[in-house]
Amino acid sequence: MSDKPASAASQPTRLTGSEIVWATLEGEGVREVFGYPGGQILPIYDALRKYPIRHILVRHEQGAAHMADGYARASGKVGVAVATSGPGATNLVTGIATAMMDSIPMVCITGQIPTKLLGTDAFQEVDITGITLPITKHNYIVTRTQDIAPVLREAFLIASSGRPGPVLVDITKDAQQGSADFDFAAAAPSPHRPHPMLSAEHDAITAALDLILSAKRPIILAGHGVLESNATDQVLTLAERLNIPVASTLLGLGGFPASHELSLGMMGMHGEAWVNQAIQQSDLLIACGMRFDDRVTGVLASYAPNAKKIHIEIDPAEVNKNVKVDVALIGDLREILETVLPHIVPRKDTTWIRAVNILKGDAAVRDIKNLPDLGHLYAAHVIHDLWRATDGKAIVVTDVGQHQMWEAQYYKHESPRTLITSGGLGTMGFALPAAIGAKIACPDREVWVIAGDGGFQMTASELSTIVQEKLDIRIAVINNGFLGMVRQWQEFIYERNYACSPILSPDFVKIADAHGIPGATVRKRGEVLPAVQAARSAMGPFLINFMVEKEDAVYPMIAPGSALDEMIRRPSNGHDAKEK
Amino acid sequence: MLHTFVALVDDKPGVLTRVASLFRRLNINIISLTVGHSERSEVSRMTIVAEAAPGSGHRIKASLFKLESVLDVDDIGQLSCVTRELALIKVAATPHTRAPIFQLAEIFRARVVDLAPESLMLEITGVASKIEGLIQVLSEGDNQILEISRTGRMVMRRGQHTSRVLDAMRVASPEEEPIIPITATAGDVGLELLAGDPNHPL
Repeated sequence: MSDKPASAASQPTRLTGSEIVWATLEGEGVREVFGYPGGQILPIYDALRKYPIRHILVRHEQGAAHMADGYARASGKVGVAVATSGPGATNLVTGIATAMMDSIPMVCITGQIPTKLLGTDAFQEVDITGITLPITKHNYIVTRTQDIAPVLREAFLIASSGRPGPVLVDITKDAQQGSADFDFAAAAPSPHRPHPMLSAEHDAITAALDLILSAKRPIILAGHGVLESNATDQVLTLAERLNIPVASTLLGLGGFPASHELSLGMMGMHGEAWVNQAIQQSDLLIACGMRFDDRVTGVLASYAPNAKKIHIEIDPAEVNKNVKVDVALIGDLREILETVLPHIVPRKDTTWIRAVNILKGDAAVRDIKNLPDLGHLYAAHVIHDLWRATDGKAIVVTDVGQHQMWEAQYYKHESPRTLITSGGLGTMGFALPAAIGAKIACPDREVWVIAGDGGFQMTASELSTIVQEKLDIRIAVINNGFLGMVRQWQEFIYERNYACSPILSPDFVKIADAHGIPGATVRKRGEVLPAVQAARSAMGPFLINFMVEKEDAVYPMIAPGSALDEMIRRPSNGHDAKEK
Repeated sequence: MLHTFVALVDDKPGVLTRVASLFRRLNINIISLTVGHSERSEVSRMTIVAEAAPGSGHRIKASLFKLESVLDVDDIGQLSCVTRELALIKVAATPHTRAPIFQLAEIFRARVVDLAPESLMLEITGVASKIEGLIQVLSEGDNQILEISRTGRMVMRRGQHTSRVLDAMRVASPEEEPIIPITATAGDVGLELLAGDPNHPL
């Protein structure tokens, strides 16, 4: 901290490559990075002390990538992960792929063996740019010191512009050790090249407006793009002016306030019945920043059969990929909506929204919130109670599986970036490290991890990171003794052959205790709120082990190969009901 | 069906892998891929011919655009363009058996570019069907084809069309990058003979 070089100065300064790395990060506004040192990145770690950047030491590089990812999702800024060559770099891979699938802006910096040894199978050499080629938006290998600053700056631009994504920069040790003139301003990337396919043309906008004007039963499908382009206000205005319902994708949750009367909740495989019924009955889908993933469409042949489709999307490769659309508006969602909104006339017809509300009412009687627990502890009840106890204001970071779907159903998110979850890749083990990233990004926010007993064990080593970094993170383990979603599929599709899905877990409260983290085990519904209150009043992290019903299933569920409205409904009076 | 794309890409290491890897990921077989310099230094031009479903052109083009190394993509489709391929064909031939091959070469406007006691080499330029026609008649005779090397298809749109992206780059930096001069080599003698008749059936 003592001799701090002028970092973002406009005058060129002679710096080592390692210093250039940090100076460039500082210039890009980076305040925190997540990483793990090792041989080929030691020069960079040695130079860290000269720069006002906080380094969070992870326990496994996968955690670093997920933390950078969670940081980016919570803040909207670019997350940064640092790892050494070889195994350090390969350990990032799952985290990079997770970020790629969910379009998360992230820059990963890896050390590489010296340039002259490349390709010799030197100790801890791995071709990480080759490995990550299909799971990064772009990647680089830097072998010359003078290239470090321009490449890193371009990496930040690529990661955060257009459809965001992860970028990896692999820097050889000799490039780190060499010296070069550093001029942050001069290293700015050239203005982004024109993208000939990015244009919401006038004709297309007119066509979209015509479709909207003539539609009787339009519905807005709000995806992750609503958050990424900061278009929540525009989507809200569009919905209110047209007085039409809004269904969200998993990653779109929080993009539209859940308590709003036009909010339907999550669509797709585990969406509530009324959401998918509304989509199937609609005559116009206004898809905003979503990609018609297979988890939200069901069988494509019968998807929204009577609906025209308007697709507002920044990535031309997503248009007509899964669902053929009638009008595509290619570009930034917010900009397009701002162009469109002045031409939208308020819609007075309430027939459609009333019909949707009737669908909603029909399903409410099956809602588990309205069912007695009869002495059982249901995960849905736990999450519902957690939502109430936190006033729906916490940042919730979930893992992958049943608890993730229950969270999406029962924790009502009112604002963007309050649900952090691995949607596209479905990465178990994501929650704990991603929550660390979210807490670092938003230290004043209440952060909850909700994880299953399976996924939690994949990255539980990051509990030490929480303690070392003194992070106030609350952890809810939804413990049912099974890999729950696997078990559910085995129950529904594989004749209850529970092959390898029962999982033994350690006593999570004792694991927490070994880290100096207090905790509690909850077995009855009456114990939920007191435990949550204990967690919220603890000075520091807290873990609650919820021993929930073992063979509970997430309803509704659209079985693979079924249409969106052919869902397995929640059992009512103890009977499964398959309804159309 | 066959799709033909022209991609203008950064002339940097690894770019070919990125492009090829995209087709691999989409599980699309590349029929031919030709790379070389374009009119602008630091920009390479690829002509990619791939076998893919009829409706997949848009997605392939859009996916190519997502690669940071790709500057511009043109999906040729049914557009009016000149298509060329060059092939070198080595045929086993002795001084006694050369004459009929020379005749075929003349009919196909191929040229003999190497002559050895036991073999000769033909160079032929044209559309794929013309090259395949020569290969077929050579095979149907008593000739033993020893080697075939084909460049794969190159295409260029007819008329005034140029890349809008490269045009924009040219405007952005007008002082640099003169058009690379084409220098004729000894092997190019006779090129003008082919120029007049692009779709000569034989």
